[in-house]
Amino acid sequence: MSAQAGTVPRRGIRVDSRLRATARSEWIKFRSVRSGPFALAATALIVVVGAWLLGDSNRGSYLAASPAGKAAFDPVFTVLQAIELAQLFIGALGVITVTGEYTSGLIRGTFVATPQRAQVLAMKALVFAVVVWACCTAMSFAAFFLGQSVLSPAKHAGIGDPGVLTAVFGAGLYLTLIGLLGMFIGVVVRRTPAALALLFGLLVVLPIVFTQIHGKFSSNVGEYLPGNAGEEAFHLLHGGAYALGPWQGLGVLTAYVAVAAAAAFALIRRRDA
Amino acid sequence: MIEARALTKVYGDTTAVDGIDFQVKPGLVTGFLGPNGAGKSTTMRMILGLDLPASGTVTVDGRGYRGKVWPLYDVGALLDARAVHPGRSAYNHLLSLAAANGIARARVDEVLEMVGLTSVARKRAGGFSLGMFQRLGIAGALLGDPGTLLFDEPVNGLDPEGIIWIRTLMRSLAAEGRTVLVSSHLMSEMALTADHLLVIGRGRMIADMPMSELMARYSGERVEVRSADPQRMAADLRAAGAQVTLEPDGTFGVVGLESRQIGELAAERGHVLYQLHDVTASLEEAYFRLTGESVEFRAAAPVAA
Repeated sequence: MSAQAGTVPRRGIRVDSRLRATARSEWIKFRSVRSGPFALAATALIVVVGAWLLGDSNRGSYLAASPAGKAAFDPVFTVLQAIELAQLFIGALGVITVTGEYTSGLIRGTFVATPQRAQVLAMKALVFAVVVWACCTAMSFAAFFLGQSVLSPAKHAGIGDPGVLTAVFGAGLYLTLIGLLGMFIGVVVRRTPAALALLFGLLVVLPIVFTQIHGKFSSNVGEYLPGNAGEEAFHLLHGGAYALGPWQGLGVLTAYVAVAAAAAFALIRRRDA
Repeated sequence: MIEARALTKVYGDTTAVDGIDFQVKPGLVTGFLGPNGAGKSTTMRMILGLDLPASGTVTVDGRGYRGKVWPLYDVGALLDARAVHPGRSAYNHLLSLAAANGIARARVDEVLEMVGLTSVARKRAGGFSLGMFQRLGIAGALLGDPGTLLFDEPVNGLDPEGIIWIRTLMRSLAAEGRTVLVSSHLMSEMALTADHLLVIGRGRMIADMPMSELMARYSGERVEVRSADPQRMAADLRAAGAQVTLEPDGTFGVVGLESRQIGELAAERGHVLYQLHDVTASLEEAYFRLTGESVEFRAAAPVAA
């Protein structure tokens, strides 16, 4: 050992703010396992290849459609629809980013190094959100341009058309919020299978249940489910009784994320690790 | 220095740690002994701010763990060595911990070198043996060059070479003036490593004394004596340089004199002896006596706590 008896060791200390140190640690953790790149690559593949397939198959059906069908055709949502599948990978990534630490016991090491638990969660969410947002926004643009070029000569959109830029950015924001929802659910539940079941139930099963229940009430409430509301972000045309716009839809989804975040922050501080 | 005052932890209706007080002093290896479920790990988690006490306090260098901004410079801990993401390399695992406390990258290489993991540092930790995990955990504990170190069952699953390595490491850390607390249920291991012992059973502190005193009181060769006037004879024996422990039933244990010498002393001073016999209990036996019947034993032998 190198330290002298009785001295207070201060080896290699770097002047750093507590927040930046926590963020850097969370970034190293994120980039040093394969699940992040794997989930993002899977998402990109689904969204971009999906845009090509969806554009190709909808070109012919658009040209053969009735005038009413043509009017209801949403060229942006049509090619970005694969996000409904890809969101499961991003949501799962959010979940396992935290449940992986809980199930391996690594969370104790994390809290021993950084007892400021709220800060750990905040920086974990921030690092996750920045990385996922950057990747998903890039893949959303790629999918949009590819999809529109495949869709032509059927009705297609240009990036400068009204509402289009919002929709393409909205898709990246939507996926980021879904990832964060998974992350906060992961903190609350702590176990991977339960957290995945809860998230997928919320995103996939609940909307199906609502469409099976006939009646105005269920379809109106269905509009406010996290996935249904959030998806308005990448629609050009907005239907439904409440006709939520892109920002209203993202706002509703953000409210769900905020509720999950509030529960996660409250629990992470109080619970024994 | 670790200090606990009336430290208590309750899970549901089970009291895992029941109002214990103790100090762990620098410059010594303090052994934390007790059967599984006695409250050792719970206490260690409370020291590290992982579990919140139901009541009471515990501090490291005068401050609660959760109040520390850069804790790794003060405290290093080996809890569950396997608590590493299997897909992450040893190097990145340590780097993430170092970054969390602003510790330079070069220090990561240094601790890897110290524990002998340099050659496998870039490999995924999932393929490590238990011994390698233990070394990685110790590397993590040493990152901040802390003044206080906690090791929870560090020799579990290690080969003889690894056991000797850890033993030597703990002794040298204490020799450098650091506070070292090591938990174990292996009495034989403790006998070789610890200077001071905290013995815990059913969440209560059963013994808090130097190893030498514990050996003298409970395990080493002692002579059990019963005599007509225990108080006077005890005084005579103490005057002769022996360590005498009086029990409420009138027998007393004598350390430092052989039975032959005690017999001679008794004859010389005119003491009437009822009983004089050598007791040779192993350290392990003493430990089981201490922990097995903690409540009764506490009543019979109040110790410095």
